[in-house]
Amino acid sequence: MKKILTSLALIGLVAAGTAAFAAEEAHDAAAPTHFPIHEPKEMSWSFTGPFGTYDKAQLQRGLKVYKEVCSACHSMNLVAFRTLSDLGYSDAQVKTFAAEYTIHDGPNDAGDMFDRPGKPSDHFPAPFANEEAAAASNGGAAPPDMSLLAKARGVERGFPQFVFDIFTQYDAGGPDYIHSLLTGYDEKPPAGMVIPEGTHYNPYFMSGVSLKMPKPLSDGQVTYDDGSPQTVDQYARDVSTFLAWAAEPHMEARKKTGFRVLVFLLLFGALVYLTKRKVWEAVAH
Amino acid sequence: MSEGHSTYTPKTGIERWFDARMPLPRMVYDSFIAYPVPRNLNYMWTFGGILAIMLVSQILTGIVLAMHYTSDSALAFNSVEKIMRDVNSGWLLRYMHANGASFFFIAVYLHIFRGLYYGSYKAPRELLWILGCIIYLLMMATGFMGYVLPWGQMSFWGATVITGFFSAIPLVGDWIQQLLLGGFAVDNPTLNRFFALHYLLPFMIAGVVVLHVWALHVVGQSNPTGIEVKSKTDTVAFTPYATIKDAFGMIVFLFIFAYFIFFLPNYLGHADNYIVANPLKTPAHIVPEWYFLPFYAILRAITFNIGPINSKLGGVLCMFGAIVMLFLVPWLDTSKVRSAVYRPWYKLFFWLFVADAILLGWLGSQPAEGSYVFMAQMATLFYFAFFLIVLPVLGLIETPRRLPNSITEAVLEKNKGGSGHPAGATAAPETKG
Repeated sequence: MKKILTSLALIGLVAAGTAAFAAEEAHDAAAPTHFPIHEPKEMSWSFTGPFGTYDKAQLQRGLKVYKEVCSACHSMNLVAFRTLSDLGYSDAQVKTFAAEYTIHDGPNDAGDMFDRPGKPSDHFPAPFANEEAAAASNGGAAPPDMSLLAKARGVERGFPQFVFDIFTQYDAGGPDYIHSLLTGYDEKPPAGMVIPEGTHYNPYFMSGVSLKMPKPLSDGQVTYDDGSPQTVDQYARDVSTFLAWAAEPHMEARKKTGFRVLVFLLLFGALVYLTKRKVWEAVAH
Repeated sequence: MSEGHSTYTPKTGIERWFDARMPLPRMVYDSFIAYPVPRNLNYMWTFGGILAIMLVSQILTGIVLAMHYTSDSALAFNSVEKIMRDVNSGWLLRYMHANGASFFFIAVYLHIFRGLYYGSYKAPRELLWILGCIIYLLMMATGFMGYVLPWGQMSFWGATVITGFFSAIPLVGDWIQQLLLGGFAVDNPTLNRFFALHYLLPFMIAGVVVLHVWALHVVGQSNPTGIEVKSKTDTVAFTPYATIKDAFGMIVFLFIFAYFIFFLPNYLGHADNYIVANPLKTPAHIVPEWYFLPFYAILRAITFNIGPINSKLGGVLCMFGAIVMLFLVPWLDTSKVRSAVYRPWYKLFFWLFVADAILLGWLGSQPAEGSYVFMAQMATLFYFAFFLIVLPVLGLIETPRRLPNSITEAVLEKNKGGSGHPAGATAAPETKG
């Protein structure tokens, strides 16, 4: 065992050495070569860790931000209204919420398409008819669908952070990224940096110095009725949490089940180990 | 050694009835109860059983997932999300299956490294080793095709890059690539044939596993000393000894597996695979699944032409060559001693090889530019040197340590050693249970 440990330490040393070696790069603030320019800020979220749960009030605020701001451009095709009961809404509230949307449906018996109010079984309707229309209305870049955004974004953690992440159960790369991006628009680009026409500087953007989406949130834009601060930072936290739920709606059940599974395996493993000791007791091995 | 006389005696009428017609209970008894195993096997010998349950788990979760999955490029991505959101416990099945692939590979790598360390491939176990290599190849094909099925960005671009290798083969390369893809680019026909093959291959794996276990039961298990079983005192009965030890190994493995399924289900995946495949948008860095990364690093390390072989073909040849090396190990290793326990120099090179494989894996995840390319080239050089130079030469020049006369002697020597015998403490861990 000691030998295995020493060997692992040796491997770690080699890997650390090469990582440090590779990290030596020229840095030119005006012409960065690696993105994002700033790593996402690690926030404290209610839903991370082994016992993490979604804060229902926060999910409801996040839904409000999505509905009033994001949904103007971003679709959320995979999320059905009926699942909003996870946010703490009653069936009647979900029904009312769905009915506020107009759904294009059909054909009916006469063969015509028609508009009707939304039902809980409907999904959030997309703001644009198709991806081409979305791109045409947004300077050539279609705003991504938001259903899975919190799992589809994540800045590479690098060595040795990705090893520690196993033990800290860090799984908030997406929400951290979204929050940092939404709150990162106010930073000024370094002198001499060229920002392409029609794009907006954001040092937290993963794939370049700037992106097509202009700053979406400003203080006081969305009215909260639970007394939470109406700031960009709070909006960003709330909508990131909401998107984490949209991407992984069964997270709470997953972690709850997982805890039981681990406790069972621990107890069962201890019993099997004792049995093994007993069985092998008389045999030198 | 198991091919000796059977000790099975049918006790009940129904057992006698079966035994006279199709002696299945006898086979089970001889293979899993009375089967003699070396008494000094350590926990590295539990991975065979662990791999068996991983295969069963993958097949069971896979069959249920296939009931809900749609292999149409327009529907595949959303059908997987439907499983995640609306199918009862669908998230559990999918995370078990996706992480199960990774843990299957973790187990198989430990199993292979165990074989390399203890010289398990040496005569008379060459065929056993080669059957294992075939299983590993089939696993790689299955894993690769399975990763394409969710039809995310990495699915699509990984498939594009990996099938692109085949076009490097002279004369028939383009034809092979088009046959694999069912067209000129990764598209709906590719997805459909990959789904069909992804469903087929695990059953082929199961078939080869049967041969692998058959070969094992003919030659018997190797053991940490590498000395063949000589007498009855060298062995214990499979049940209860190996059964209970395997069970404990499995539970520890399942504990780590469960930790990932329930708490880090996306840790081993790539965020880009939650974006639906888009043939018009290439991801910044295309990386295969982690278990292919060492081979991917070798592929990309060949950046130069060698005579008529251009860098692309050279990379492909090296990548496949890296796997071919495994098949040749029984004949490349010239040592008469099996176990690294008694081979001080081989032990050193073995651990350097492990470090090299991990380094290659890390390099495979990094962009192929700057100093990474040079490091990958050096690591590739060492990879091949280990098989083609170290294994043949070391066996001829190395002086092995004194071997015990039998497994029993090794075990008794170790247990006698105790605390006042520091030399024994460093030599013995391999035989520890």
